[in-house]
Formats: sequence, C-alpha cells, structure tokens
Amino acid sequence: MERDDIIEYSLHGHHDEEAGKQIRKKIWKVTAILTIITVVEVICGAFIKQHSSIWPLVKWGFIILTAVKAAYIVLIFMHLGDEKKTLKYVILLPYFIFIIYLIFICLNEANAVSAALKFFGF
Amino acid sequence: MSNHNETQLDSATLWGGKISPFSTSYGKLMMWFFLVSDALTFGGLLVAYGFTRHACQDAWPIGEETFNSLPFLGHGYPLLYVALMTFILIVSSVTMVLAVEAGHRMDKRGVVRWMLATIVGGLFFVGSQAWEWYHFIHGSEFGKIELADGSKAIVHGHFGELKNFTVLEAGRHHKKGEVIKDDLLHQFHHAIEEGKLVDGKITLHDGSVAKVNRAKDEHMQLIIKEEGTKYTANSKIEGAAAEKLYNEVINSGTPNRVIYGANLTVNEYGPTQYAQFFFFITGFHGFHVFSGVVINFIIFLGVLRGVYHRRGHYEMVEKTGLYWHFVDLVWVFVFTFFYLV
Repeated sequence: MERDDIIEYSLHGHHDEEAGKQIRKKIWKVTAILTIITVVEVICGAFIKQHSSIWPLVKWGFIILTAVKAAYIVLIFMHLGDEKKTLKYVILLPYFIFIIYLIFICLNEANAVSAALKFFGF
Repeated sequence: MSNHNETQLDSATLWGGKISPFSTSYGKLMMWFFLVSDALTFGGLLVAYGFTRHACQDAWPIGEETFNSLPFLGHGYPLLYVALMTFILIVSSVTMVLAVEAGHRMDKRGVVRWMLATIVGGLFFVGSQAWEWYHFIHGSEFGKIELADGSKAIVHGHFGELKNFTVLEAGRHHKKGEVIKDDLLHQFHHAIEEGKLVDGKITLHDGSVAKVNRAKDEHMQLIIKEEGTKYTANSKIEGAAAEKLYNEVINSGTPNRVIYGANLTVNEYGPTQYAQFFFFITGFHGFHVFSGVVINFIIFLGVLRGVYHRRGHYEMVEKTGLYWHFVDLVWVFVFTFFYLV
C-alpha cells in the first residue's frame, strides 16, 4: 500500500522565478570569489620562492584560502548552509574532530620519524 | 532557500516516525553519508602524503618547478596549466549548481543545458589530467642528473634542439651515411639512460653508431636536490660551468646517471614516494571525476527522457550534483597540498 502520510521532502527545494534570480546572483558572486582566490594562489605560488623569508606566511595563507574555498563550495554549492542545523552538524562535526586529530598525530609522528632517521644516520 | 523548518506538524506526524529529523529525503541523506566516508578516504590519503613529506630526508620537489609546462608552448609557465584545470573544474561545478537551480523551478530546458555544460567541463578536466600524466611520466628534456660527487641535480634552461643523427657504422636497420630524423629525443633519452652516448656518438637499438647533431643548450642552470661530497642541497650552478658538467654526465657512457620522467620506482622530480603519491592521489581523484561524468551522463539521459519531470521534482540532479561538487572540493585540497605548498 502506498503511504500518503509521509512528508515528501524532495519538493522542499522548489522555488519560483523571482527566488531563482536571487539564487543565480549568489551563485555568480561565489564563482567570482572562487576564481579570484585561485588566481591569487597561482600568482603567489609562481612568484614567491619556497626559500624566501615570507614563505611560511604564504603557506599559511594558502591553507586559509583553501579553507575559505572549501567553505563556499560546501555551504553554497552543496547547499549545506540551507539545510537543517541537525544535518549540518551530523555531517561536519565528526569529520572535523577526526581529521584534525589525524593531521595532528601524523605530522607530529612524521617529525619524530624524521628526527629518528637523522639520528641513526639515514 | 527552502522553508521546511516553518512547516507546522501535528504530534502524530512529529512523533509517529513519519518525519526525518534532518528534513531531507532518504536518498539525499545517504549521499551525504557516502560523501563523508569518501572525504575521510581522501583526507587519509592527503595526510599520508603530508606524513611522508615531513618524514622524508631528501629535498621534496617544488610544485612550481615540477609543473611548469603548457601544451604546445613548452616550459616556463609555472602552475598555469594546473590553474587552468582548477578553473575548468570550478566552472563545471558552477554549471552543475545552475542545473540544480533550474531543476527547482522545473525548468527542463535549463537543466538539460547546464548539465550538458557540466559533462563537457568534466571531460575537459579528465583530458587535461591525461596530458598532465603523460607529461609527468615522460619528464623533461634534460632529466635529472647524478654528478661525479654523487649529488643529484635537476636542470633548467633551453634544451638544444636535436637536428639529426648521421650514421657512422651500419647496424641491422641503418646504412652508413644515412641521416636519421625521426623520433630523435626518444632514442637520445634511451641511449643516455643505458650509457650508450659517448663523446657525442650514440649507439642505437639496432647496433648502428651515429653522430649526434644537437644545438647548444642555453641559459642552463643546475639545482642540486640531493647533496654529494662537493655540492650541498639547493645550491645552483649556472652558465658555462653548468653546461660543461651536464655534457660530461650525459656523455659519460655510464648507465643510470640520468633519469627521465617518472614511474613507480624512480622519478626525476624527487623521492620515489613523490611519484607514487602523485599517481595514487591524482589518479584516485581522476577516477572520481570520470565516474562523476558517467553518473552525470546517466542522469542527463533521464532528464532528456523527462523521467524527473514526470516525477514532479529534479532531486536526482541535486544528488548527482552533490557528488560532482564533492569532486571539485577534493581537487581544491589536492591543488593546495600537491601543487602549491
């Protein structure tokens, strides 16, 4: 038997022509932001040498810009920003907790391995 | 965008198991869960890359030195090609989100148009990656050389053009006095790898010996990547001294002193693991792009046949869109950690 009492969530995304115009405007704005960020990254990457004194700053700049790009893609393009709070946190929180732990432990251990290799003369 | 949070529900619906706590359909929620697990896979790969890079003793290759070529234009364009690839993928992500938007207005023509653009963009990206791999595997014209003191250096500059080989001693295929003009660079590289180039005379595969006519190299620069007894890492040798050292190495007649391109055991760019991670991470991402194009195409056919229009909503386009944006998202990270940092 087909149930007619279940909420059809698939229809919630629908909007009219007027709202569509607003959304398209937002999409083009995000496109411009992503493009500008990429151009800035490539210019910095091509012209600032890795041995130069400001490189650590540039490197952290790259990582921050990447996080900004990722946030725009996930929140605007993938519409996670428009979803319910519950869904947002169920997706993002476990991932962040695990990945930050993984990054910390692996890079920490890598430096220890590197020091050990150097110590034993490899 | 949507107003599902404002819907008033009676308590039978609210507590009777008829409502999703996330206010999404089953399919979309499962797509999100899949993407989280896939993101963990890529996160693991990139963190493993970071681990290896930090633990590695040798100098790690620098993106702008390794990836500085454009198709038809040659070398000297640091990161431009990969920037172009990134831009193509971002644009195809934008066309996808426009397809989803058109779907929300039940505008079938819009969905068709933007999905087609997305598929074309995806194919362009896969094609660009094929060129990137081809170039990475074949390597530079100069290769990486091992100097007499055991240090290893990469070479920058303008490679002297190979004009022809004049056969001095006949072999199985070539007669004496014959001038060979085809496939010169490939044979030249092979001979150097096998130590079959001595004093400008090359021994070809068929046993014939030929004289190499090659223009002079210009603006040469050797950058030491692994230190030996004489040169330290990251020191540079330029001009005539560099040319003399380079020609000594390639004409030494000793095999394996020059490495061209990359495979899973050696590569000219840096430590072995570098090429392995390149192949695995960009390959795994490329596989995602390829499967994304295939899935998009299947959904595109459904759109053309009007399946989703009859269903009353284009949520299938939204779901495949989520996957496609995810592919773009992964590339943003690969671009930063593989090419920039």
